Amino acid sequence: MTPRGDTASFLNALRDPKRAKRLLGAIKELTAEPVAIMEVCGGHTRTIVRYGLEQLLPKEISFLHGPGCPVCVTPRERVDMAVALAQKRGLVLATLGDMLRVPGSSGSLLQARASGCDIRVVYSPLDVLALAKQNPKKTVVFFAIGFETTAPTTAALLERCLMEGIQNVKVLVNHVLVAPAIEALLKEDGSRIDAFIAPGHVCTITGTAPFEPLASSYQKPFVVSGFEPWDILLGLHNLLGMIANKETGVKIAYTRAVLPQGNPKALSFIERFFDVRESFRWRGLGNIPKSALRLKHEFSAFDAEKAYAGVFSSDSKPDPEACLCGEVLKGNAKPSECGLFGQACTPQDPVGACMVSSEGACGIYFRYKGRVPA
Amino acid sequence: MCLAIPSKIVELRGPGLAVADTLGTTRLVSLDLLEEPPSVGDYVIIHVGYAIQRLDPKDALETMDLFLDLLGTDDDA
Repeated sequence: MTPRGDTASFLNALRDPKRAKRLLGAIKELTAEPVAIMEVCGGHTRTIVRYGLEQLLPKEISFLHGPGCPVCVTPRERVDMAVALAQKRGLVLATLGDMLRVPGSSGSLLQARASGCDIRVVYSPLDVLALAKQNPKKTVVFFAIGFETTAPTTAALLERCLMEGIQNVKVLVNHVLVAPAIEALLKEDGSRIDAFIAPGHVCTITGTAPFEPLASSYQKPFVVSGFEPWDILLGLHNLLGMIANKETGVKIAYTRAVLPQGNPKALSFIERFFDVRESFRWRGLGNIPKSALRLKHEFSAFDAEKAYAGVFSSDSKPDPEACLCGEVLKGNAKPSECGLFGQACTPQDPVGACMVSSEGACGIYFRYKGRVPA
Repeated sequence: MCLAIPSKIVELRGPGLAVADTLGTTRLVSLDLLEEPPSVGDYVIIHVGYAIQRLDPKDALETMDLFLDLLGTDDDA
């Protein structure tokens, strides 16, 4: 068989309506009381909406969409920092495509690029290495965003720079940690979350360790799930079983990609290059203690935040009041409850970051409108 | 960002690089984050150009159908 054939038949099985129906039947049998489940990751939200899973499930089950969209949670002042860097002569700013349209206080990176700044879209930190080699007289700054899944890739880029003696790469580090954000949500008054679908690829790196203390302190069940319809339903089935048995803890339903201990090599890359910031401001969630990474002091030579400290201003504007991104990221509001949704705020002309990203709840609701429960 | 489609390693290119095939599209990926280097024919999960875990789709498919058998729900349900 061709590789295409192998993978395609595997994906077909994970999206197979017949198999899904059998699992849905078992889910219905396990459903008793109303239950609110937060799927933490934007990739999960996309699968739930794209395949209309909520409409297939018993009405007792509702999903609260979580803050697991790295583009969405990166606050305005960090976009402003990237824009300020891009305006420096002799500097190339490399960014993942989704960050281009996120509005900053004085425009987005896309607008900065239109006004002549050298901003390149990269698919991977590997491309940053190539850019640095192609532009030896310029400094290439990588606007690094993402959770624990992405942090080791940034670290691996820096390791390659050290090994190959590449000195014209710097990084603006915005890597964030999932568990502190979940804890912030659980601490909110009147939190409605009964159980969590934990993020699949974050746990590929971290294993279950970051979520174990949350499960035990807040007495909640967590199930790590993959990103296909089958994976979401299997995660849900496991969660309902745990709820029925009054179990808390962290289980793995995404066994093909997640080991309990995670990926020790990737974790050692994080450990070597980063330490944890005292506090970091998330869009919508505000300041969360120990929720983000920064470069260790010994790697300051790579740290754009230190090298260009003088170019950053501290007068970022707050997000527009009418934008509900903050409440959407906390699972308190559905995108369609925002007055701007689909009118003043669209993927082409976004007001809030949640409309920009393919993993943002607003962007997902916009793209798959018609599949969203009324 | 979280692309969950398994990709097949079709060519190894040192140091720490490989060509991976994702549903017919090939691209260069880094193997720096894998505990053990994969062989040609192995499947991996790729995140922003880095292989972050190996996986076995055939094994996963078997696990899935075993689970359905254990559920004991009817095929025609």
